[in-house]
Parts: sequence; structure tokens; C-alpha cells
Amino acid sequence: MDSALALHRFHFAFTITFHYLFVQLTLGLGFLLFVLKTLALRTGDEHYNDAARFWAKIFAVNFALGVVTGIPMEFQFGTNWSQFSRAAGGVIGHTLGMEGLYSFFLESSFLGLFLYGEKILGRTGHWFSAMAVWIGSWMSAYLIVATDAWMQHPVGYALGSKGEIILTSWTTLLFNEWAFWQFWHAILGGLVTGSFAMAGIGAMYVLLKKHGDYGPTFVKVGVTAGVIAALLVAFPTGDQQGKLVGRHQPVTLAAMEGHFETAAGAPIAILGQPDVDKQRLDNPFLIPGVLSFITHTRWEAEVKGLSDFPREQWPDSIPLLYYSFHIMVGLGTIFIAIMALSFLQLWRGRLYASKPLLWILMLAMPLPYVANTAGWMTAELGRQPWLIYGLMRTSAGVSPHVSSGSAMFTLLGFLGLYTLLLMLGLFMIWREIEHGPGHEGPAH
Amino acid sequence: MLPVIWFWIVATMVAIYVVLDGFDLGAGIVHLFVARTDRERRAVLKSIGPVWDGNEVWLLAGGGALYFAFPALYASSFSGFYLPLMMVLWLLILRGSSVEFRSHIDNALWRPFWDIVFSLASSLLAIFFGAALGNVVRGVPLDAQGDFFLPLWTDFQPGPHAGVLDWYTVLVGLFAFATLAQHGALWVAYKTEGAVLARARTAAAITWPLVVILTVATTIVSFRLQPHLGASFAAHPAGYCFPALALLGLAGIFVFHRRSQQLAAFLSSAVYIVGMLTSVVFGVFPNVLPANQDPALSLTISNASAPDYGLQIGLLWFAPGILLTLCYHVYLYRKFAGKVRLDDGGY
Ligand code: HDD
Ligand code: HEM
Ligand code: HEM
Repeated sequence: MDSALALHRFHFAFTITFHYLFVQLTLGLGFLLFVLKTLALRTGDEHYNDAARFWAKIFAVNFALGVVTGIPMEFQFGTNWSQFSRAAGGVIGHTLGMEGLYSFFLESSFLGLFLYGEKILGRTGHWFSAMAVWIGSWMSAYLIVATDAWMQHPVGYALGSKGEIILTSWTTLLFNEWAFWQFWHAILGGLVTGSFAMAGIGAMYVLLKKHGDYGPTFVKVGVTAGVIAALLVAFPTGDQQGKLVGRHQPVTLAAMEGHFETAAGAPIAILGQPDVDKQRLDNPFLIPGVLSFITHTRWEAEVKGLSDFPREQWPDSIPLLYYSFHIMVGLGTIFIAIMALSFLQLWRGRLYASKPLLWILMLAMPLPYVANTAGWMTAELGRQPWLIYGLMRTSAGVSPHVSSGSAMFTLLGFLGLYTLLLMLGLFMIWREIEHGPGHEGPAH
Repeated sequence: MLPVIWFWIVATMVAIYVVLDGFDLGAGIVHLFVARTDRERRAVLKSIGPVWDGNEVWLLAGGGALYFAFPALYASSFSGFYLPLMMVLWLLILRGSSVEFRSHIDNALWRPFWDIVFSLASSLLAIFFGAALGNVVRGVPLDAQGDFFLPLWTDFQPGPHAGVLDWYTVLVGLFAFATLAQHGALWVAYKTEGAVLARARTAAAITWPLVVILTVATTIVSFRLQPHLGASFAAHPAGYCFPALALLGLAGIFVFHRRSQQLAAFLSSAVYIVGMLTSVVFGVFPNVLPANQDPALSLTISNASAPDYGLQIGLLWFAPGILLTLCYHVYLYRKFAGKVRLDDGGY
């Protein structure tokens, strides 16, 4: 891989991964804020409104970082992937354009009202603006995921005489079957992040014996949402994603699973290190038949291995792909365990007294970020060497005149700027957490 | 026909972007001058706080429409202006974060620091946007594939080997800076009271003659440098309504400012900006990006646009979307209409 291409890929990967750190919390917390506002409206209890105000402050910092890191994404298709944009812009420009028009305007207008307008709007109006922000963020996720889904599984197009890609069916593009499952899976991933954040901070308050009733409220809402999200992210959504990959990108599935040789009754690898040169899995821990079952729902079905595909179709970083996938699924299993146990104890009324479990909830806060990032790495590395699966190679999509020096310069610029933003963002969120809920917010 | 419709839709969205984000950029330019104490600065920031993100979305939505309607233009201009565009992105990041970060910590070093970042980033953005417009008028060295790559500057001459910055594009940059400073000052004057109002009026009074001089100067130079502009107006004299609109706006600013009708003065400034931008767009049409070495290689509305089906279906989703958007805007601006009050809570 020549160095300009490698840099452009890393440039995109770094900036989008960073954007997604904030997005996932917006997706989860936006919904949980709406839940808190609904509880406040229905019970008339000011406690929930104070809780919502506290989370709104964290939401605002996170959202601002999501916005400023999202803007570069909108431009990078043109700056770094100009040949791809020229060929495919007439298709994916639709979903991106709709995202701007339908979701960003909704989100940004109502977030302004939500943050600045509580006194002007009244209770119902404020509740409504929380709902609009939540719906706007999920719509945004749908439209951008539909963009990604088209690159994973292109539909509704025809090829023109000069090789350009022509949209032939807008509804097919919009209702791509891949987008449906990818959307719900990504949304639930975000909800896992949001629930763990809420439960974790609640657990911290309970352990510190600070901020009175707020700790238990956060734990209760976080754990209840968390147990549902953690289950749904694995089944049916994760499972269905895997089936789609198996059907449309069989070589990717083989690489994700570290499955080198075609076999009937294929086993699933729980542990093991792929060795691409020797084409085998070192130190494997296998459970027989399971891979066949989850891909074909038959224990003895045949699953194609990597060796059955020409090498130039193999994803180009198989070990990283394999580890990413296993990290996501491994963490997903752990999340179900943590949340199910916490929910059980909550239900029996013993959670607030169970120090070890509260410690676990608090320390688990960063893990969903790892799982979400690993998930996207699975999806995007698995798509390689294609930029648009089966249609355009990644190497054919890059901007021809942007040299590796320019790409390196701007990559370093983003690395530096984003490091600074992350530190400042964490610092401000930490201060809000220390202040805790129940008093007036920052003066605007 | 469809590419023409989309050309004007994209141009209108860009004009709305400049008018709306222009006033918060402009408020940033004059921020340090018009507001001296923390309370005064909070008033300026609060006047744009609930709306600046929505204003910026016009850039994104305009970019999205450009992407699917004219993919070839999006591809070649964004990759060709690679370095300046990345710098614009960094400035947008700094500006957006400074608005949000400032309020979270009450500290005598923290707040002025972000005020300076906010003002500096806003000023540079205004200059960069002006220079970008200058580049589109002057033209870029497109090759047969429709690609180019511009160095930041060469010998500062707007000839065929010009870089992003030459004396012409710098002039347009300064012009944009003065125009948006005035626009922002008028906005702040409309939204505030007391000392801030008085200083904002001073800022507007200083910038008005500057804007007049720069309007005349850039107009003359542009017509000399890009003969296509003159040809367009000669071929379709109806196009003179656009510059007339600009003049009307310019006169309106003067009159309403003297009568202290701040909202009317601000709206006149909006009319002026729309008039200037539509004049440029009309003059460049049907090119979307002129080539300055071989004019035959220019990107035009027909060789840069997507096929008809996409443009047709685009109208279908665009129409309801833009109506909805206008509804939110009317609602939002009405809810926050009138002078800023600092005592009704942030969040
Ligand atoms: C908290 C986050 C989280 C958790 C616990 C899981 N996932 Fe996931 N996964 C994501 C977050 C995520 C994601 C970030 O949302 C991805 C990236 C792209 C996408 O569509 O979703 C993803 C992608 C992704 C893909 C790749 C699709 C492709 O190649 O395009 C598969 C096959 C799965 N997931 C399957 C699973 C399974 C079987 C899980 C069982 C526990 C699981 N995921 C847990
Ligand atoms: C849904 C919107 C997304 C779109 C349209 C998209 C598109 C792209 C494109 C164009 C590239 C560059 C070409 C390539 O290397 O394949 C890329 C690479 C990449 N993206 Fe995405 N992406 C999206 C979401 C994400 C997210 C949210 C993440 C991570 C959190 C992510 C992680 C990556 C990674 C790791 C690469 C590098 C892959 C490699 O270079 O091998 N993507 N994606
Ligand atoms: C290449 C892909 C992407 C592009 C071009 C992109 C673009 C953007 C832009 C421009 C914004 C700022 C909007 C504003 O000013 O209000 C934004 C924010 C947002 N994006 Fe992305 N984005 C991408 C990937 C994603 C993905 C993969 C998701 C979710 C699955 C997502 C969800 C969101 C959400 C929820 C926001 C709201 C602000 C926040 O992050 O907190 N984006 N995005």
C-alpha cells in the first residue's frame, strides 16, 4: 500500500473514530434525557427535572464536541476521497444531504431551545424540545448509517458509460436492508454507552455518599435501560449483522472469525491468534458447530474458509479485524452479565448496598467506548480492500493530487487539536460531575 | 433545466449561510471591541448562543446539496483547496468549542482566553471565506480530469499560476471581513442595550464607509480580471437587479442606522449581502468553477451535475425538508426575539 493511501485511510479512520466517541454518548444520553424529562412531566417531581438539568450540562459539552468533530467529516469525502466522491456523490450525496436538512436542523434548533429556553418554553415545551433533540440525533444516525450501508452493500444503482455510478432507486438506497440492522445495532451500542455512563456516575455518587437521592436515581435509570440495551445489541441486532456479513461478504466473515479452511460443522473461535502466513489460528479455543449454526442456523452446515477465496479479495489487516471483532463480542457478553446481575440486585432492592457491584458499574464506564470503536473497526476493516464493496477499490478512490506530505500535515494537525479538545472536554465534564446535580448551571 | 434549478438552490443556501452564520461570525469579529466586561461578553454570546449551530448547519446542508447535485464540483474543489479548507475546518472547530467552553468555568483567565480564540477564529474565517469566493471568481488551474491542487500562494499575482492567496483574493478576503464585521455589529446593536449597544453602533459607523470603498474597488477589479462577469450582465441585463439589490441594502444600512432602527439596519445588511452574492453567482453562471489556464476545461452546471433521476428525486425530499427547516427557524428566532436578557437562566 503506498504511503499516501495509507495516510488518507488513517486520516479518515482517526477523525471518524474520534467523532464517534461523542456521537455514541449523544445517541444514548439523548434518549435517556428524554426519559428523565418524561418522568418529570408525568410525576410532577422536580427531582427528575434537576437530574435532567445535570445531564443536559454534560450532554451540551459532549454535543458541542460531536458537532465540531462532525463538520470535518462532511468535507473529508471531497478533500481526501475525491475520486470516490466524483463517482459516488450522486448516490450517497442524497443520504448526506438529507441528514443535513432533516436531522441537523432539527437537532441544532431544538438543542438551542432546550439549553437556553427552559424558562421561555414551559414544561411541555421543554419536554418537547428534548424529544426533538433525541429524534434528530437518531435520524442523523440512520441517514449516515444508510450511507455507510450503501458502501458495505451497494444497492439501487447502475453503472454509466464512464464508470460513474448512477442512482436508479432512491427508495432502495434509503431502505437498504443492511442499513436497517446496522442502524439498530449502532443505536443500541450508543444506548449501552449512555446507560453505562448514567449508571456509572450514579454508582460513584452512591459509593461516595454524595448528592443524596440522585445517585440511586441514575443507577436505577441507567441499569434498567442498560440491561435492555445490552441484550438487544447482541440479539437480534448483532446476530443479524453477522448473518448479513455472512451472506454478502463471506470472505469478511471468514477473516473476522479467523476461519481459514472451509469446513462443515465449523467451530467458533473464542480465543486464538490468527497467523496469516501459515494460514492458521494459534492457541485456539474452539466450540464445535457454533459458527455453522449462527451463520446458517444448522449445526452441520458448511462455512467457507479464507483459503477458498483469492488472496486479493482478503481484507488487508486480518489480525486487527479478527481482534476487533472478538473484543466487541467479548465485551458485549460481559455487558450482559454486568447489567443482568445489577438489574437482578436492583429488583431485589440490594444493589445500593452491594459495594463490589457498584464498583464494577463505575469502572465499566469506558468499556462501551472500546466496544463501539472495535465494532466500527470490524465493519470498516472488513470492507477492505473495497471502498464500495465489489464496485470500487479503496486505492481507486483517493484524491490524486493531495500528496502524502499534505495528508501527513493535516493528520498531525487533527491529532494535536483533537488531543487538546479531548483533554478540555474531559476536564469540563469532570467538573460538572464533581459539582453534581441540583444547582444552577453555567451562566450563559 | 434541473441543473439550473439546483444551481440556484445551492447558491441560495450558500447565501442564507452567509447571512445567518455571517452575523455570528461578525459578532465574533467585533466581540472584543464592543464587549469589555464579562457581563457584556455574556450578552454578546447569548445573542448568538441558541442559534449559531443552526446557522452553521446551512453550510453543511448546502454542502450536502452540492455533493449530490454537482459531485464533480464537490470532488475537485474540496481536494483542490485541500490545505485552506483544512484550516477552515480547524478554525470552525476552535470557534465552536470556544462558544461552548467559555461558560463552563468562571475564572479570570479562562474566559478572556476563549473570548480571544472566538474573536480570532471568527475574523480569520471571514477572511478565508472571502478569499474562497475570490478564487471561484478568478478561476483555478483545472486539468482534463477536472482536478487541480493549489499552493497557498505563489507570487501573489492573480495570473494563471496564482495560488490560493494573491492580491485579488486577499482583497476579497478583507472585503468579506469588513462586510461581516458590519453585519455582526448591526446584529449586536439590535440584540443589546447600554454600553454594548453604543459601541456596536460605533463599530457599524466605522465599517460602513470601508464597506462602500471596498465594494467599489472589488467590483472594478473583478470585472477586469474575469471578463465572463461583464459578458453575463451584457447578455442578460435583467441581471442588474442583483447589484441594484445590493445598493439598496447599502443605502438602507445608512438610513436606518442614523434613525437607530437597529433591526431594519441589520436586515438591510442582509439584503446587501444577498445582493452581492447573487450578483457574483449570476456573473459566473453557467460556470461553477472557471478554469484559469484553459477556459474550455471549466466546470459548468452541465458537466459537473449528477444525472437527471437523482436531481429529480432530490427535489422531492428537498421541498418538504426546507419547509420544515424554515418553520424551525421562524419558531426559534421568534422565541429568542428582542433584546438579550441575562437573568432568565442559561441551562
Ligand atoms: C456497545 C457496543 C457494541 C456491542 C456490545 C456489540 N456491538 Fe457489534 N458493532 C457495534 C457496537 C457493538 C457498532 C459500533 O455499532 C458497529 C460498527 C458498525 C455497525 O454497524 O455497528 C458494530 C458492528 C458489528 C458487526 C460488523 C458488521 C459489518 O461488518 O459491517 C457485527 C457482525 C456485529 N457488530 C455483531 C455483534 C455481536 C454478535 C455482538 C454480540 C455481543 C455485538 N456486535 C456487540
Ligand atoms: C457511517 C458513516 C461512515 C462512513 C460513510 C464511513 C466511510 C469510510 C471511508 C470513506 C473510509 C476510508 C476508506 C477506507 O479506508 O475504507 C473509512 C475508513 C475507516 N472507517 Fe469508516 N465510515 C463511517 C463510519 C465509521 C465510524 C463511526 C468509525 C469508527 C468509530 C469508522 C472507522 C473507520 C476505520 C477504522 C477506517 C479505516 C479502515 C482502513 O483504513 O482500513 N467508520 N470509512
Ligand atoms: C462520515 C461520516 C459522518 C459525517 C460526514 C458526519 C457529519 C456530522 C456533522 C457535520 C455533525 C454536526 C452537525 C451540527 O452541526 O449540528 C455531526 C454530528 C452528529 N453525528 Fe455525525 N457524521 C458522520 C458519522 C456519524 C455516525 C457514524 C453517526 C452515528 C451512527 C453520527 C451521528 C451524529 C450525531 C448523533 C450527531 C449530533 C452531534 C453529536 O455528535 O453529539 N455521525 N455529524
